[in-house]
Amino acid sequence: MKEVVLVVTAVILSLAAAGAIVRIAIGPSLLDRVLASDVLLAILGVALAIDMALNRHLNNLMLLVALAVIGFIGSVTVARFVAERREQSNES
Amino acid sequence: MSPDATGVDAVIDAVTAVFLVVGALMSLGAAIGLLRFPDLMSRMHAATKPQVLGLFLMLAAIGLQMRTWWVWPVLVVAWIFQLLTAPVSAHMVGRSAYRTKHGHREMLTKDELEAVVQRAAAGQEPESER
Repeated sequence: MKEVVLVVTAVILSLAAAGAIVRIAIGPSLLDRVLASDVLLAILGVALAIDMALNRHLNNLMLLVALAVIGFIGSVTVARFVAERREQSNES
Repeated sequence: MSPDATGVDAVIDAVTAVFLVVGALMSLGAAIGLLRFPDLMSRMHAATKPQVLGLFLMLAAIGLQMRTWWVWPVLVVAWIFQLLTAPVSAHMVGRSAYRTKHGHREMLTKDELEAVVQRAAAGQEPESER
């Protein structure tokens, strides 16, 4: 059962990470890329949590909290300083 | 997960497996939403799924597998921290998206921020207050 859950979640998370990376690559604007990298960070945290749950250890728990901090600071910083380019085109 | 679980252990392992797979599906849903939705605002809607519900399911699975009571407060603190930071960053991204004229304005049914912004612009309020 452990192996089945591991394989299923690994496939699902790989597809999800691929989708987020595609959006980072093609995202028409900077904010799309910020949002997609935030999702990529969340997917990484989910992978760490799956490792902790299936192997019954808590080594990555502080790393999980640190990932939340990094995602928060990163998206707030970029969103704060992306502003005031009003002549930007509207086809996002 | 123990390979030869019986009784309560088997039930807990099954619940954990369901939580893990559903939490992973939240991430997949976010990725599909990022790829399929037309503009930034609707993509932000999809992006919140693994951050809140996905993380909740994962932490619940960890708590079920550890089988100790002291781990639950730590997990709750981690989840509440994510709950506090996710709306703030989403607010900043959404505000910045509105101000830089991202998104399709014609897809909105109601734009209550428009009147506020125009009133603030007419009153010449400081830039950071609008």
